[in-house]
Amino acid sequence: MIELVKNTKIDFMGLKKYAFSLSTILVILGIVGTVQIYRGGANLGIDLAGGTSIQLKFQKPFSMDEIRSLLAKAGHGEATLQEVSGENILMLKLRTSGQQEEKLVADSVVNLLRQSLPGNPFVVESVSEIGPAIGHKLRRDAELAMLISALAIIIYLAWRFEFKFGVAAAIATFHDIFSIVGIFWVLGIEMDLLFITALLTIGGYSLTDTVVVFDRIRENIRLRKLKTFSETINLSVNEVLSRTIITSMTVFIAVVTLLVFGGIVLHNFALALAIGIVIGTYSSVFVASPLVALWRGEKMTEVKR
Amino acid sequence: MWKSITGRFTLIAVLTVVSIIVLVPSLTDQVPAGWKDRVPKINLGLDLQGGVFLRLAVEIDKAIENTAMRYADDARAACREKALPVLAFQKAGVGGFSLRFPPGDFASRAQTTLKEEFPSLEVSLGEVKPDGATVIARMKPAEIQAIRTNAVVQGVETIRNRIDQFGVREPQIVAEGEDRIVVQLPGVKDQQRAIELVGKTALLEFKLVDEGASVEEALKGNVPEDDQILYQKSVDPSSGRATKTPMVVKKRALLTGDTIKTAKVNFGGQAGGAHVSLSFDTRGAKVFDRVTAENVKRRLAIVLDDTIYSAPVIQERISGGEAQITGSFTPDEASDLAIVLRAGSLPAPVKVIQNVSIGPSLGLDSIKKGVRAALIGAVLVVGFMAFYYRFAGMVADFALVFNILFLLSGMAAFSATLTLPGIAGIILAIGMAVDSNVLIFERIREEIRAKKSVRAAIDAGYDKAFWTVVDSHVTTLITAVILFQFGTGPIKGFAVTLSMGVAINLFTALVCTKIVFDYLNAKKPMQALSI
Repeated sequence: MIELVKNTKIDFMGLKKYAFSLSTILVILGIVGTVQIYRGGANLGIDLAGGTSIQLKFQKPFSMDEIRSLLAKAGHGEATLQEVSGENILMLKLRTSGQQEEKLVADSVVNLLRQSLPGNPFVVESVSEIGPAIGHKLRRDAELAMLISALAIIIYLAWRFEFKFGVAAAIATFHDIFSIVGIFWVLGIEMDLLFITALLTIGGYSLTDTVVVFDRIRENIRLRKLKTFSETINLSVNEVLSRTIITSMTVFIAVVTLLVFGGIVLHNFALALAIGIVIGTYSSVFVASPLVALWRGEKMTEVKR
Repeated sequence: MWKSITGRFTLIAVLTVVSIIVLVPSLTDQVPAGWKDRVPKINLGLDLQGGVFLRLAVEIDKAIENTAMRYADDARAACREKALPVLAFQKAGVGGFSLRFPPGDFASRAQTTLKEEFPSLEVSLGEVKPDGATVIARMKPAEIQAIRTNAVVQGVETIRNRIDQFGVREPQIVAEGEDRIVVQLPGVKDQQRAIELVGKTALLEFKLVDEGASVEEALKGNVPEDDQILYQKSVDPSSGRATKTPMVVKKRALLTGDTIKTAKVNFGGQAGGAHVSLSFDTRGAKVFDRVTAENVKRRLAIVLDDTIYSAPVIQERISGGEAQITGSFTPDEASDLAIVLRAGSLPAPVKVIQNVSIGPSLGLDSIKKGVRAALIGAVLVVGFMAFYYRFAGMVADFALVFNILFLLSGMAAFSATLTLPGIAGIILAIGMAVDSNVLIFERIREEIRAKKSVRAAIDAGYDKAFWTVVDSHVTTLITAVILFQFGTGPIKGFAVTLSMGVAINLFTALVCTKIVFDYLNAKKPMQALSI
């Protein structure tokens, strides 16, 4: 048999100092990023903040400067332009300016460009206009979904294991979510509805990983192979390490395929998933189990099955 | 059943056959009609086939206000008949208005008159000052409530009628909450036209042009009482330039579009070009007959949503209940106008608050990219498993094929909508599908290392991994189901495929692979396992 990892005896619990410092940095970044989202300092997609996004495909190459000045003259100076190189595709984003008025502008912008650039016809590939009120509603719905799933998972794990395991798993999950928000915020990548979907998926995925480790810890406690809880964690993580790595690899392969071949619409989504898988795997080893150890102490009381 | 190989084999075989029967019509049109028509299909989301998604806000308050203003007009007319001089009138909150009268007993007489003539209004005496008194009238709460509920229900109905006549396959028009309407039009290419068709209030009114009033004076702000300024829009066919001509018309509509029986497009004739012919119902025909008889040689403006389409001079009394709307229409515009007139006006104006339009070429491009990504992802994962776990890996791959088959046919069975994020969900489900097999195989390896016999190792591997697999799947399933319940748009599409994928995976991982090993072990225990 081919084995990537053989009989490892890594002292994971010994590394927890470093892991906790790294995690603290990641989570703080994430909290700052989250606060920025609410203060309007983050790059939110128009589906969450409201606004207009238009994708145009031109017949010939176009000049970004010319379009930018055309838009500025029409009072859309705040527009963000993005070019898909080689394909003559222009992505154009207009944010609604704070006010709650639901004003849609795509038509006027498209007509303006059509009239001003008669020599370079284009097709409108997609238009997406979202009033700010709807944007806020979509965001509230997403937040609600996150909270409810966290709660449901704590309940399920508390029932299957014990309350402390459930809470530790939930903390590890929020750790992952905050980390990715932080990373996206620092890099200035746009966060939209799909990004929130990615966050929830990572939450679910990371939990899967955590549960596998917890499961082995529970089994090893019952078999009483070792004396202390920390040692049991080390043994359990080492035992499931090859599974963890291989599973993460297969999912990672699938997600990277999406990142490379899925096209521009799914690009940020796939990126969030790819980063999330790495962080989720890390957190189930270095965050969830050590938290249980901290809380439970070293006694080897059995966990219900 | 779970112990017997034949039992499990039969179950899988039946499921496979059923899945294929359900799935094939979704993949190809080349199947007999009897088969195709009886089986549900996977729908393609707007992002994959192009189309228009609109979220409309119904401006109910405006509808209530409009009704109130109509009552105000009628009330003033009633007062005039009784020689009660109305000095001014004003809005009074939502659904109410007030009339001001000179000192004397005018106000109290007006109150009595209005009470008698308008049973749906609550009439009360307002302030009494030395220079006059006011009467305040409000629509009764029951009527306001009726407008409120009607506005959305009837709006949905009207828009559905329009869309049906426009010819869109499988449109979805549903009310959302108290004052929203969501319209989904898959496959629509001309987005602009669809938006106009859906969003037009289509309130058709016939109003007399006030020839006595001066347009110049009116534009300066001196609009005669009872009159209003409306604009006639006309497009010069050669230059394409649009011009707006102001006109002073009577505020009061002589006839509205709710009396229209049919509307159709005609070409040529006296008017030339495309025009819309109307015929009124009996009541409308009678009114039209009277109105035209009383106003020969005067101009009658045909007003749609406060824009004048044409204002012909009435040459003679028109009986028979036929009329024409001429204007500089393209054939498409004329046909859309006929559609909205036939389908009736929206009870309240609507405003587009969300518009997501995807062009057909982008949809096609997305499908290609999504399917390609899914295929490459599947091939890589399958290849990795076969390489890493050899024979056992191939067994897992075999289960994966069933997984994808069951997933797609499950989507077809529920007529689920496949979106681009949905394809992402499938890819992720493929990645996670092998997870349970990896768990089981790693367990089997441990048991083999512990020097157990192959057969015992396989059984122990499945036994010990069972609860881990269940726990890990249930947690993912919880998030996926919650995503489905609370998510909208892209989130929902993703949640559908992910939750189905995870649920199906539980079955394929625990049942489909085990049967292969059990079968190989059935006659004599395996001596070696390539894992």
